[in-house]
Amino acid sequence: MIALLIRDLQLAFRAGGGFGLGLAFFLIVTVMVPFAVGPDAAGLAVIAPGVLWLGALLACLLSLDRLLSLDWEDGSLDLLATAPLPLEGVLSIKALAHWLTTGLPLVLAAPVLGVLLHLPAAGYIWIMVSLLIGTPALSVIGTFGAALTVGLKRGGLLLSLLVMPLYVPTLIFGAEAARRGALGLAGETPLLMLAGITLGTIALLPFASAAVLRVNLR
Amino acid sequence: MSIWEYANPKKFLRSTERVLPPLWLGSAVLITGGLIWGFFFTPDDYRQGATVKIIYLHVPSALMAINAWFMMLVASLIWVIRRHHVSALAARAAAPVGLVMTLIALLTGAIWGQPMWGTWWAWDPRLTSFLVLFLFYLGYIALWQAIDDPDTAADLTSILCLVGSVFAVLSRYAVNFWNQGLHQGASLSLDKEENVADVFAYPLYVCMAGFILLFIVLVLYRTGTEIRARRMSALLARERMSE
Amino acid sequence: MMPDLGKYGDTVLSAYGVSLLLLLVLLVLTLRRGAKVRAALRDVEHRVGRNG
Repeated sequence: MIALLIRDLQLAFRAGGGFGLGLAFFLIVTVMVPFAVGPDAAGLAVIAPGVLWLGALLACLLSLDRLLSLDWEDGSLDLLATAPLPLEGVLSIKALAHWLTTGLPLVLAAPVLGVLLHLPAAGYIWIMVSLLIGTPALSVIGTFGAALTVGLKRGGLLLSLLVMPLYVPTLIFGAEAARRGALGLAGETPLLMLAGITLGTIALLPFASAAVLRVNLR
Repeated sequence: MSIWEYANPKKFLRSTERVLPPLWLGSAVLITGGLIWGFFFTPDDYRQGATVKIIYLHVPSALMAINAWFMMLVASLIWVIRRHHVSALAARAAAPVGLVMTLIALLTGAIWGQPMWGTWWAWDPRLTSFLVLFLFYLGYIALWQAIDDPDTAADLTSILCLVGSVFAVLSRYAVNFWNQGLHQGASLSLDKEENVADVFAYPLYVCMAGFILLFIVLVLYRTGTEIRARRMSALLARERMSE
Repeated sequence: MMPDLGKYGDTVLSAYGVSLLLLLVLLVLTLRRGAKVRAALRDVEHRVGRNG
């Protein structure tokens, strides 16, 4: 399992592995927002937590396409499926690798981009904590979507259509926690809900992902 | 005689052929009757005026929008557990019907909300959940159409339906938490003192019965179509093989 | 015959119009596809029956 994790991480960091892509996308989305809504600092401060969450979500979504499709094309997914490691484990590791290469950098980049959006001072810790808790759920749910569409040509758009509604609860609780935190209100409740979603998806969704992937590998 | 006999496509087609005509008639009579009753022969509400008449479309379609997804969930479970093809095809047949019902509920709600709430749309929990439900229907239908192999498609969509149901319920609670509601409470419930007044309730029951029947008829008919389409592609494939 | 809808006439009528239109579209699409598939299947069955 560790070997698989290291392999996935190495592949991601190698040139063309798409490591920086999600981060760059996050950056560009955040930079585009003031162009679209105007440079007014007070207005930006209000929407900053939501924009950061949405940007992180889209960056996650963008990188899902390559989560399984590369391994599918070169046949290593078939090898992994016949390996002694259960497929649920394989997919959990893949989700973890995706989180380490996409989710974690987003968490670290969020406060920097928060400065650009005039995020209120109280919001920095909240946006980081909520993203830290929430992005694993995005990776795990995304793995399910990637497993669903792995056999399809041009599955990218369909993948987004399928995964977006599944992201709704995570986005609501995550952005709500960050928003309340930025306003100086108590954000513990949505944060706990968010943690519940993350833990629940990590515990249960790999079984669904593995079931779909088995169907696709048939 | 068990219900599983209808899992045989031939038997399903033969029986639905028999029950469909009376069902078509029944749903047509109930919907026309209920709507005419509601439209022409009910008084205006003292606060909502004539817009109260929209309830005869809004509530039944919203009811079926949710129950169609529920029926797809049950059909998907039956497919996953017992592998009856008819069940998978019934889930597929129900999805577009559910999509249209969701759309009707959303549109009639928006048209009603414009004069009543002063806005076409509010990010109210109920409205938002229906929008999310609409997205789920879209994704489900798109996945069916994207996959060529019928059994693979049935497997993948049924798992999507199961996972989607969990997330749809989660979203319902999330949006409840996220915004206070503008939408009134349930129009009809057994344990509440303040319900819709009887003058409005009776035609509403008729319309609801009509929509339920219409849903059943449409799903049975569409399932029959799917079965025939499947049989046709099987025959064509065999023909190609033997050449 | 037409009930007095007051100032909400447009609202009520457009709601009915949109809903019935959508139902009608669904119905027509369903029936058309059903008839088409049924006819095509009859053709194929006929051909297969003759050849095999």
